[in-house]
Amino acid sequence: MMKSLFAAIAKLISGASARWVGCVPDVRQRVYFANHTSNLDALVIWALLPTHLRALTRPVAARDYWTKSKLRLYLANNIFNAVLIERKKPTAHDNPLTDMLNALGYRNSLIFFPEGGRQTGKDIAPFKGGLFHLAKDRPDVEFVPVLLENLNRILPKGEFLPVPLMGSLSFGTPIKLEAGEGKMAFLHRAQDAVTALQKT
Amino acid sequence: MKLKLDAQTYWLVGGVLALLVVSSLIGWVLSSCATSDKGKATVENLNARIRAWWMMVAVFGLAMATGGIGSIVLFALTSFLALREFITLTPTRLGDHRTLFWVFFIILPLQYYLIAIKWYGLFAIMIPVYAFLFIPIRSATAGDCENFLERTAKIQWALMICVYCISYVPALLSLDIPGYAGQNGKLMFYFVLVAQISDVLQYVWGKTIGRHKIAPSVSPNKTWEGFIGGIASATLIGAGLWWATPFTPWQSAGMSLAITLMGFGGGLVMSAIKRDRGVKDYGNMIEGHGGVMDRIDSLCFAAPVFFHLTRFFFT
Repeated sequence: MMKSLFAAIAKLISGASARWVGCVPDVRQRVYFANHTSNLDALVIWALLPTHLRALTRPVAARDYWTKSKLRLYLANNIFNAVLIERKKPTAHDNPLTDMLNALGYRNSLIFFPEGGRQTGKDIAPFKGGLFHLAKDRPDVEFVPVLLENLNRILPKGEFLPVPLMGSLSFGTPIKLEAGEGKMAFLHRAQDAVTALQKT
Repeated sequence: MKLKLDAQTYWLVGGVLALLVVSSLIGWVLSSCATSDKGKATVENLNARIRAWWMMVAVFGLAMATGGIGSIVLFALTSFLALREFITLTPTRLGDHRTLFWVFFIILPLQYYLIAIKWYGLFAIMIPVYAFLFIPIRSATAGDCENFLERTAKIQWALMICVYCISYVPALLSLDIPGYAGQNGKLMFYFVLVAQISDVLQYVWGKTIGRHKIAPSVSPNKTWEGFIGGIASATLIGAGLWWATPFTPWQSAGMSLAITLMGFGGGLVMSAIKRDRGVKDYGNMIEGHGGVMDRIDSLCFAAPVFFHLTRFFFT
């Protein structure tokens, strides 16, 4: 109930529509990886998934941000069912990769921002290694590139009042780690897959 | 603001409903006649447009039935949606964020509030004077100078077209026309009907006998045949509706001509902006038509002119 309400509000504020360019909504396990410019990003991807997929899809988010207040923690745990990871100083006991692999399990999908944080420039920043390690450990999972556009104009980094423009969301063709493909090659290919959606 | 629903209003509404029924029937017949793929696509789009017209007429009718305030709320929402489409399409920068917040949540509601309290002296100048000066001040305060003039002009333009010009439609309800008290709802209905039927007729004439393009680089669908046929037939219909207005038949023809010519100009200008931005439609909210802005471009340009002509000559 609360979840549907939040999804509806997110759709209203972002005015976003989803374009499934390279794949269709499916229950198979996926990692949706996207460019990151606004606090709305994870919320909007999550909201625009069909309801039955929304229940299976968990956004990966920064623990330092989402545990700052009780409200944020409530939203992360009870509404989005977020996977909170340590991004500042990961240790062997507190390894983001382990958390993400556990969260994936055998049913779930993830929403993941491989740039590591919100960007303010126009371009997509180089992807960090996490995406590669996920792809290496879970070759059965589909990696779906997602391009978010205009959300940074709705709620830019550092602002707290949203302006009601229309965002857009494009889902591209899933990619997988090729046999023998190196880390940098895979990360570049993933980044290009997101960038390429600008022209569709 | 109370609106009288008299016999003439029912004739207007009944006429529009009859027109929709006939159009739906024609669309249904055409859909079984079309054979080529191109023909089928055109008829499919036509039927989508007709379905959307049913919705739009229902919403407009409902707003009018709730009296003046319903119409003001409807056009405020229309402004909001159009502004949203317009600003989405025009690149602004981070430095404009708070200016945009003012535009959407303070200036827009304020304009419609001024219309609701019929404060003509202020609603006619609030956006062209005060908002015009406020917008660059607010953006300059944010400290980003890149493309400053261009960004400011875009926001001012958006506000003028999507809010100021559109707000002149419900502002028709505030005119005090001698011998026409309480009947302004019909005047607004007349205006919207003439402007929109002119669009429809230009489309129909253009699709059936259109050959010579007026401005192919701006709008490939606008032809001289569509323009002349559409304007002439819409003006005739407008003249024939004089009984619902404070005008004589000849005056009504003149008014309709002004509405349809301005409406045509509006469609052309808004198309030029779309082409420049490399899109076909402003949005996808209204099936078959495109965005809200695509449907109201003619109203934007015609409303202030019709309002002021009526105000100057009839009040």
